[in-house]
Amino acid sequence: MSDAIIPHPAPPTHPIFGKLSIDAIPLHEPILVATFIGVAIGGIAVLALLTRYRLWGYLWKEWFTTVDHKRIGIMYMILGLIMFLRGFADAIMMRLQQVMAFGGSEGYLNAHHYDQVFTAHGVIMIFFVAMPFITGLMNYIVPLQIGARDVSFPFLNNFSFWMTSAGAALTMISLFVGEYAQTGWLAYPPLSGIAYSPNVGVDYYIWGLQIAGVGTTLSGINLIVTILKLRAPGMGLMKMPVFTWTSLCSNILIVASFPILTATLALLSLDRYAGTNFFTNDLGGSPMMYVNLIWIWGHPEVYILILPLFGVFSEVTSTFAGKRLFGYTSMVYATVCITILSYIVWLHHFFTMGSGASVNSFFGITTMVISIPTGAKLFNWLFTMYRGRIRYELPMMWTIAFMLTFVIGGMTGVLLAVPPADFVLHNSLFLIAHFHNVIIGGVLFGLFAAINYWWPKAFGFKLDVFWGKISFWCWVVGFWVAFTPLYILGLMGVTRRMRVFDDPSLQIWFAIAGVGALIIAAGIGAMLVQFAVSIWRRKELREESGDPWDGRTLEWATSSPPPDYNFAFTPVIHDLDAWYDMKKRGHQRPVGGYRDIHMPSNTGAGIILSGICLVLGFALVWHIWWLVAASFVAVVAGAIVHTFNYKRDFDIPAATVAAVEDARSRQLAAGA
Amino acid sequence: MPADLPRFSARMRLLPLLAATPLLSGCGMVVLDPAGDVARQQGDLIILSTVLMLLIIVPVMALTIFFAWKYRASNRDATYKPDWDHSTQLELVIWSAPLLIIICLGAVTWVATHLLDPYRPLARTGPGKPVAAEVKPLDVQVVALDWKWLFIYPEQGVATVNELAVPVDRPLRFRISSSSVMNSFYVPALAGQIYAMPGMETKLHGVFDKTGEFTGFSANYSGWGFSNMRFGVKSLPAGEFDQWVAATRASAEGDLSRNAYLKLETPSQKEPVRRFVANDPQLFDAVVNMCVEPGKMCMHDMMSLDAAGGAGIAGIGNVRQVTYDKFAARGTVDAARWSMRYVAAYCSAPVMSNDRPDAKPVSPEKLKGEGLPLPNKPERTALNAPAATRPLS
Repeated sequence: MSDAIIPHPAPPTHPIFGKLSIDAIPLHEPILVATFIGVAIGGIAVLALLTRYRLWGYLWKEWFTTVDHKRIGIMYMILGLIMFLRGFADAIMMRLQQVMAFGGSEGYLNAHHYDQVFTAHGVIMIFFVAMPFITGLMNYIVPLQIGARDVSFPFLNNFSFWMTSAGAALTMISLFVGEYAQTGWLAYPPLSGIAYSPNVGVDYYIWGLQIAGVGTTLSGINLIVTILKLRAPGMGLMKMPVFTWTSLCSNILIVASFPILTATLALLSLDRYAGTNFFTNDLGGSPMMYVNLIWIWGHPEVYILILPLFGVFSEVTSTFAGKRLFGYTSMVYATVCITILSYIVWLHHFFTMGSGASVNSFFGITTMVISIPTGAKLFNWLFTMYRGRIRYELPMMWTIAFMLTFVIGGMTGVLLAVPPADFVLHNSLFLIAHFHNVIIGGVLFGLFAAINYWWPKAFGFKLDVFWGKISFWCWVVGFWVAFTPLYILGLMGVTRRMRVFDDPSLQIWFAIAGVGALIIAAGIGAMLVQFAVSIWRRKELREESGDPWDGRTLEWATSSPPPDYNFAFTPVIHDLDAWYDMKKRGHQRPVGGYRDIHMPSNTGAGIILSGICLVLGFALVWHIWWLVAASFVAVVAGAIVHTFNYKRDFDIPAATVAAVEDARSRQLAAGA
Repeated sequence: MPADLPRFSARMRLLPLLAATPLLSGCGMVVLDPAGDVARQQGDLIILSTVLMLLIIVPVMALTIFFAWKYRASNRDATYKPDWDHSTQLELVIWSAPLLIIICLGAVTWVATHLLDPYRPLARTGPGKPVAAEVKPLDVQVVALDWKWLFIYPEQGVATVNELAVPVDRPLRFRISSSSVMNSFYVPALAGQIYAMPGMETKLHGVFDKTGEFTGFSANYSGWGFSNMRFGVKSLPAGEFDQWVAATRASAEGDLSRNAYLKLETPSQKEPVRRFVANDPQLFDAVVNMCVEPGKMCMHDMMSLDAAGGAGIAGIGNVRQVTYDKFAARGTVDAARWSMRYVAAYCSAPVMSNDRPDAKPVSPEKLKGEGLPLPNKPERTALNAPAATRPLS
């Protein structure tokens, strides 16, 4: 009764089209065809509207080619949001499959499709949702918080964004042309090797991440240099806002760990393309080496994601408690401790690989040690609230929800760090519940706090509170309804990435988890409505002062949205909470004596080079060698040509600055 | 406290019921209520660690809610100190409280990790039931195939697919490998999991202390047929196990020869239980060393060759172009055109890992803080012989 499975044999390589043929279009998958039709109709509608309202020139001049860190930040957030909807659609599909596939039912997804869905969900949520979100946030806020006019390398910033987008685009193309990897989000060999994944899925995975990885690494370098070199006078390292500190540490982690990912994936692609044996079973290859390397990147990666949000919670707690942050110094040291410790814990992701007891205990204990600075941070937020006067605006609500949710995730994390406990919980749904507990409860809740907190700064009006609260409660309740059953299923010995189940008693738990996912879907819907309603009612929600929350850091010192140059005069810093200090000492906004401001010019080089990289990636995936060669030459040539572009900067004349600042003075006077 | 972990955690076992509520205890949480001593200790450890952490988590959550409520803006009676941002005493407490918990948990972790090391032969089959020195564990060789499990019983000379039957109360020693990709061998009722990796051998020790039927599966995604990579596990009284062996032999579909294995290895899913007679004592080692095909050089031979300095440039002439087994098995020969070479044969004395000595069980009494005794010096074999002295060129 065994049904043998023979995968499609690899098609022969065509001199012009490579491995690409009409068979690569998944016409046999009705779900994908319907999705494609939906995307095509939506896409055509958007393109038609853009053309109808003649927005192409505006978008190109003001957004696509911009080097303004604020606009790039906003574009990162939009990218993250779009990819989030895709990643969440994958999540809903998995939940539905796991509810259905009981009692001999195969569900509605075959293995080939389902295995792509869970792989894509993980990859997209980490690389193309969480990473763009935090990069966008840091891009927008960090220069404002340190009183800078832009990042250190404005063109690089634009290029980084477009490379990240190109990686995301390549990943999305795999939905309709060919297939995505069926390996799980870290693509362990030998399964991801050419012998067991002979088709293009893993190649899409590799090149999507490699292209996006260039963007991430460059953006990390950019922000480190920005923070170290462009702080306003008087802002010593220990007077930096905590969000800037955590961003600095996060970017240090990016620069130190992403090259490992790049190298690891490069070795994997050599195995796949050139027949080397780094990670193959035989001829001296070691798949275990890949697992080690990928987690030496992968563990710092989770701290890359969470650290900036720790900064957000610090800013939010301090602002809404109306109080200085408790234990700033220990907060900074805790952040630095986490940064360093995050490099010596990677083995806890595979205790079950058979390392000796002493090695396992070492990595288990170092993992636990990380919970000490993390715990200290939590106490610091707690004692910031203590003897404060807490205003429950949306960002603060998200922060309280984070504190109550994240401790549970932290606890189950430490539990998984005990190797014998991990032996029974590894790869189980308990693990899935744990990391969603910290990533949703930490990273996403933090992002929502940040979006509600800084939206008025970016757009000049507040977000609607009613829909914000609906979204908040749906998310918090939905999270617990969706993931508590997974904790329980994990303790019942249910493993991850399963497509069909035997035991009918499990079904009820998957049904509850499915309901939770639907509640979360309502939360996402409410959030989109919140954005739409707020934009619609922007006149009523308008915020004139530039400082809607009685803020404490420099970004609140300028107008909302800030002018292109951020600050007409670079502020001088005397205290940690710079803006609070300025307000307390009766700071008067300067209204004269403006000078020309030197600014970087927009350039189309970033989007063009990234576009060619996207073509290069596509050609590599499909083995279209002539196109690989052509686009590679084009990228190098384009980069060289760009170095001869001498029109890189311009001056905003003092008269223009004066006009903008005078308008601001009238606005403030009207509001007062 | 950690030195007496089993007894301590036995007492703690009452606590899950407090924490987990009656609703949860009724739904078959096999991880917390298994049928084997090792898994039970692992489950107890989960509870012990959870309780230790709750010591700090519960106060933090309570304080969060209390502060959030008490210091709300509308409560004008609460003290408000906008510039208070430091207290050395508090800082000491907030760093040392988690530190203390982690010191306790770290000690428990160190001891438990060594005691429950899957490679360590069992010293007991249950609380107060030490394993006598003359008791030999039952050997089961496990091979994860695409997508089914092969169990070889070298002592009994039988092999099964997707069915594992073992005698209750007898220590079990699993030697685990895989034919193609990574899997994880996991019987939740018995003991924790360990990866099954191609070209490598992992070990797991465990024991059932209850009879019954349980489930095992792969806990590491391994491709299309992964979801159906489940197998039944029977824990039988000793007499019934012997009957099971006899019945298996009687109903065997044939001998598990090298060729039968190669046929079995090809990908398939939802395999029913299949039974074989297993007469080839070297089959498992051949699987681990990726040399089941007649005439193919075994990995350990190549490794000992390499350890002795390799065959040099002249050796390249001995590398034959042959299609590698696994590619052919999965029908992906085209894709594999780059890696079609291996050394087919080379003269060396084969030492199968069957012949290598196993680790000796370590008595847990020695774990009370003095650290572990030094491991025995391994016997010298061809595999760990020092590199042959050769002339410097």
